[in-house]
Amino acid sequence: MSALSARNVTVSIGTKQIVRDATLGLDAGELVTLVGPNGAGKTTLMRALAGLVPAQGSIALADKPLGSLSPRERARAISYLPQGHVFHWPMSVESIVMLGRAPHGDAFSSSSPDDRAAVAKAMATTETEMFAERAVTTLSGGEKARVALARALATQAPVLLADEPTAALDPRHQLVVMELLRNAARSGNAILAIMHDLTLAARYAERVLVMHEGRIVAEGPPAEALAPERLAAVFGIEAMTLEVSGKRVPIAGRAL
Amino acid sequence: MSRPALRIALTLAALIVVLAIVSLMVGPAGLSPRAALAGLFSGEGPAGIIVRDIRLPRTLLAVLIGATLGLSGAALQGLLRNPLAEPALFGAPQAAAAAAAAVIAFGFAPVTSFAIPVAGILGATISIAGLVAIAGRRASLTVTLLAGLALASFAGAMTALILNLAPNPFIALEIAFWLLGSLEDRSSDHLLIAAPFMVASWVVLSTQAAAFRALTLGEDAAASLGADVARTRIMVVIGVALGVGAAVAVAGAVGFVGLVAPHLVRRAVGSDPARVMLPAALAGAALVLAADIAIRLGPSAVEIKLGVVTALIGVPIFLSMIFRERRLLEGAAS
Repeated sequence: MSALSARNVTVSIGTKQIVRDATLGLDAGELVTLVGPNGAGKTTLMRALAGLVPAQGSIALADKPLGSLSPRERARAISYLPQGHVFHWPMSVESIVMLGRAPHGDAFSSSSPDDRAAVAKAMATTETEMFAERAVTTLSGGEKARVALARALATQAPVLLADEPTAALDPRHQLVVMELLRNAARSGNAILAIMHDLTLAARYAERVLVMHEGRIVAEGPPAEALAPERLAAVFGIEAMTLEVSGKRVPIAGRAL
Repeated sequence: MSRPALRIALTLAALIVVLAIVSLMVGPAGLSPRAALAGLFSGEGPAGIIVRDIRLPRTLLAVLIGATLGLSGAALQGLLRNPLAEPALFGAPQAAAAAAAAVIAFGFAPVTSFAIPVAGILGATISIAGLVAIAGRRASLTVTLLAGLALASFAGAMTALILNLAPNPFIALEIAFWLLGSLEDRSSDHLLIAAPFMVASWVVLSTQAAAFRALTLGEDAAASLGADVARTRIMVVIGVALGVGAAVAVAGAVGFVGLVAPHLVRRAVGSDPARVMLPAALAGAALVLAADIAIRLGPSAVEIKLGVVTALIGVPIFLSMIFRERRLLEGAAS
């Protein structure tokens, strides 16, 4: 049984269908990447999977329909990392990561030993302990990305949905974040990550989903889903293939 | 509550007590402190009347109104994730004042009826709900401030319209009073009609503390953590409108407390929008109380109005905040 499954999901905003008939499954222990050109509906699909926009069709967590869960139950089951790593207030890194525990406690209780252990673990995994006391707004982009990820991991939800976790990061931090996601998957999480970098998407994922004009047009192992013909049809690029640490990955050659 | 926040809260509470005692001692009647104290406890003679019927309601109103405005500012800032959010910038007090003045000007209700705070609350609701609706999900700074500017102008236009239509010149004076804001000659009747709404506003706003904290990650992340953001938005509109509307209904437009109070305490308790709320309310109470004492100690023959003093303190702080955060704001304006 999939940790998260969606069947014939359609999301309309106004009269426009942004996501059409999307069907997918996400298993515990796997890192799946979702790629597609700008405006393909990736973020909208992910927001629907996270229960943040109403959708037609069925979305289920393990065996329960998403709609049957209370917002807090849903928040304990799915952790969602939005684009952009937004932090509006200069709160300390530790208190930001502690927000990941919000679905577990209630508004009036202070943090439990479980909460503190989860926060410590998430910060250790993402190597953010050294700036625990610093204001999050003073960190660099790569550091913020790690803090955002720590916050998402601290929830210890079985499903993690990450929208462009590597956007705006330098190459090294892109690798760091992808390694973190892969390790989280290996320790049992089901992870779906939206990516723009096809090379990274192919390199780290067991499976790739390709979205185009609201539909999922391909799903499978990276070499299959990101075959050159498909990249030409979906992205309008001529792709070359390279081998990186034993995996064949595409890189964009030229625009068609 | 964390230790620094608790310490700040206790310090501010002690400051309020001291200021409240001073507030009972000062006034044009020139009672000695001992006579004032005797009057407070016995309630007898002219001193009793002055302290119990004039100074006590004024002091209590200053505390309640200051706390309400400080908390409203902290809540609005928490919702909009923006330290520059302040009900007065969006014309909420002006709108409340226009509505309250209209009710009195056109003779619908006497000055101490519940109709006045209700009218003030309705006026404030239009302003705050308009702002929150226009600012929308992403609450970009530019849109928020432009929406505020438009709403403040609208409130100004409504006030002008009431002046224009006012059946007699007395009403023009009345409206001037509402726009300047003052606690002069407020009685326990005023206290009675405003206090229930202000306490209700505290209750409504404080239930949203956890949501404000989650909102530091943006609306989507807050919702994914289980916060009901749409509900929070409605509760803030209701809470701020109840508080600001009721405060304005008895004291007129007293602005910038909601901007200054959270700003002052943030240095001590940090930026966590949930943790700022109680200290901001206490700081607001101390601020309005201190301003109202300063007015009475001032040398001027004509009493300077409270709203004038808070604006004179608030606007320079607002400008310095803009100046300091200019770089940040330019980045956020896109």
